Amino acid sequence: MNQASSTPDKAVLIDMYRKMTLAKQNDEQARKVIMSGKLPMIYYSPRGQEVIPAAVSVNLGAEDYICTIYRGIHDMLAKGVPLDSLWAELAGRATGTCKGKGGPMHITHPESGCMVTTGIVGSSMPIANGLALASQVRGEKRVTVAYFGDAASNIGAFHESLNMASVWKLPVVFVCQNNRYGEHTRFEKATAVERIADRGAAYNMPGIHVDGNDPLAMYAAAKEAVERARAGEGPTLIEAMTFRFYGHVFGDADGYMDKAEKEAAMAADPVPRYRQWLIDEGYASDDELTTMEDETGKRIRAAIDGALEAPWPDESELYTDVYVNDFSAA
Amino acid sequence: MAQNKVTTLQAINTALHEAMAQDDSILVFGEDVADPEEGGVNGATRGLSTEFGESRVRSTPISEQAIIGAAIGSAMAGMRPVAEIMLMNFSTVAMDMIVNHAAKLRYMSGGQTAVPLTIRVTTGAGFGTAGQHSDYLEAWFAHTAGLKVVTGSTPAETAGLLKACIFDDDPCIFIENLPAYWQKGEAPEPGQTIPLGKARIAREGSDVTVVTYGPQVAVAEAAAEQLAEEKITVEVVDLRTIQPWDRDTVLNAVAKTGRAVVSHEAVRAFGVGAEISSVIHEELFDQLRAPVQRVGAPSTAVPYSKALESAFVPDADKVVAAIRKTLK
Ligand SMILES: Cc1ncc(C[n+]2csc(CCOP(=O)(O)OP(=O)(O)O)c2C)c(N)n1
Ligand SMILES: [Mg+2]
Repeated sequence: MNQASSTPDKAVLIDMYRKMTLAKQNDEQARKVIMSGKLPMIYYSPRGQEVIPAAVSVNLGAEDYICTIYRGIHDMLAKGVPLDSLWAELAGRATGTCKGKGGPMHITHPESGCMVTTGIVGSSMPIANGLALASQVRGEKRVTVAYFGDAASNIGAFHESLNMASVWKLPVVFVCQNNRYGEHTRFEKATAVERIADRGAAYNMPGIHVDGNDPLAMYAAAKEAVERARAGEGPTLIEAMTFRFYGHVFGDADGYMDKAEKEAAMAADPVPRYRQWLIDEGYASDDELTTMEDETGKRIRAAIDGALEAPWPDESELYTDVYVNDFSAA
Repeated sequence: MAQNKVTTLQAINTALHEAMAQDDSILVFGEDVADPEEGGVNGATRGLSTEFGESRVRSTPISEQAIIGAAIGSAMAGMRPVAEIMLMNFSTVAMDMIVNHAAKLRYMSGGQTAVPLTIRVTTGAGFGTAGQHSDYLEAWFAHTAGLKVVTGSTPAETAGLLKACIFDDDPCIFIENLPAYWQKGEAPEPGQTIPLGKARIAREGSDVTVVTYGPQVAVAEAAAEQLAEEKITVEVVDLRTIQPWDRDTVLNAVAKTGRAVVSHEAVRAFGVGAEISSVIHEELFDQLRAPVQRVGAPSTAVPYSKALESAFVPDADKVVAAIRKTLK
């Protein structure tokens, strides 16, 4: 753990852990329910990447916005998307965040600031700019975070968005979760720079390269970027180094991955490591954390059970929400 | 002789192998297509980079615009690139390259340059991938002059048409149906290509003609089976090439029955069916015994929930209902 001078106070440290264990356990339950056959869905596991949104989100308020991607359930949970309607959406039920129309790759929950979840690589960033533009024009202090992957930094939308955000000094934080792979392609094979953070320089914005699995370092990077955005000083690019434990899509054979690299990453699981640190440093006792974990696990299981019992959307729902007023879409 | 059964994926893979072996100017590139990346997320290009090398078979960055741009440029300079855009929806990121450039460079250069490229895309509802991963956008491409838009309905058809696209001198959008990847059918004849612009009669009948393509051919055949029990015989025309489409075969088939249904998985409104239906009315008005009916998806995004997705996709029952309307 990188014990920086900016170590946050105890409440924040514990809150970060609460978000991490929520995302980690949620992922474990998701994989379990998929394997059981009770809820078949295409699932992009964020296991291993929980520290990043946990550390970002403790620097955000409910009014702040995020745009995330298909591998973004950890981002959503950290931002406060409620478990019950999230799970109902994953199950395709009428009570889901999007009435079952969006599904796991497209969760939207404006109440918690989760404005867009995109299935298109690179598309979180241009829209984050627009959300931030609205805040800027209205003189609000709101910050927008755009989450995306390492491979997304090779698409035009990344470059266009960073340039525009910098020219307009938009209150955006671009958080790249560099998990070393884009689908089956290794980072080095598809990306011309060693560090995505270096691309910030091309757009005259600070580029921070940080260990995204180190909660204190990640917290410090996020704090700096969020404060800069809130102060009207413009965007920041954060490249948070991490690893995805369960391949691109859960169930893929991951034969394209370096076994040793993956095993080492899993052995260095950042969530239990942080837990131990909290105990060692006297921020929490084992019992306290166990209680928190148990209670979190119960909430997740209740959300899943509730989702699987929830009503399916009525067929008539297929035709609603196309426009503000219904029309005959059939 | 007992025919060998293969999946559509295997047929595509074999077609690509055959084409690359036959012509050194064929390049294959796209996201994850080389073997270190497992020869494509579904394995369509598996083995190609091992056999033909990573100079000709390249995994690309996630950069659809640059992928199609590189395909256009290399095609103009004498290569025959086969670019893979993993899912049809992602082609929207490369629309400038496809619509403003690939489609038009021949025409706008007064015929001086050619763009003999093939863009392979896959799509289709049924896997719960929702609104950004399962659209059929063929009407967008068919509406753009200069593009050929092609799709197969069986493994052998897919292989033969894909090879025709690869060796064609114009830009071709080759649409594959994702759920059909793992369906089996008769293996293609080695070396066989199927000419572009020629439809096929997939099933003969004399009461109603269903014009369709891609995965909806099987749906139309299932509808025909249902109606056969009532002694209603349905002719099914598989367009194969959506644009430029085979007007002669379609119009002859409709003239024979006097009744037509046009069916596709894409959204019905402003779809391919609208064009075909209009031409049928224009050309055969006095021979029609009923207005042409169209079957297609509603004007909504593809929904996630299984309960809604199954209502979205045009199934055999909807084709049967449309056929019945023409028989009233
Ligand atoms: C424009 C576009 N092209 C291709 C895809 C298919 N695809 C989905 S995820 C992905 C890899 C993205 O990798 P990265 O940005 O590193 O994020 P990660 O999945 O590793 O979190 C690809 C190629 C897509 N969704 N959108
Ligand atoms: Mg990645």
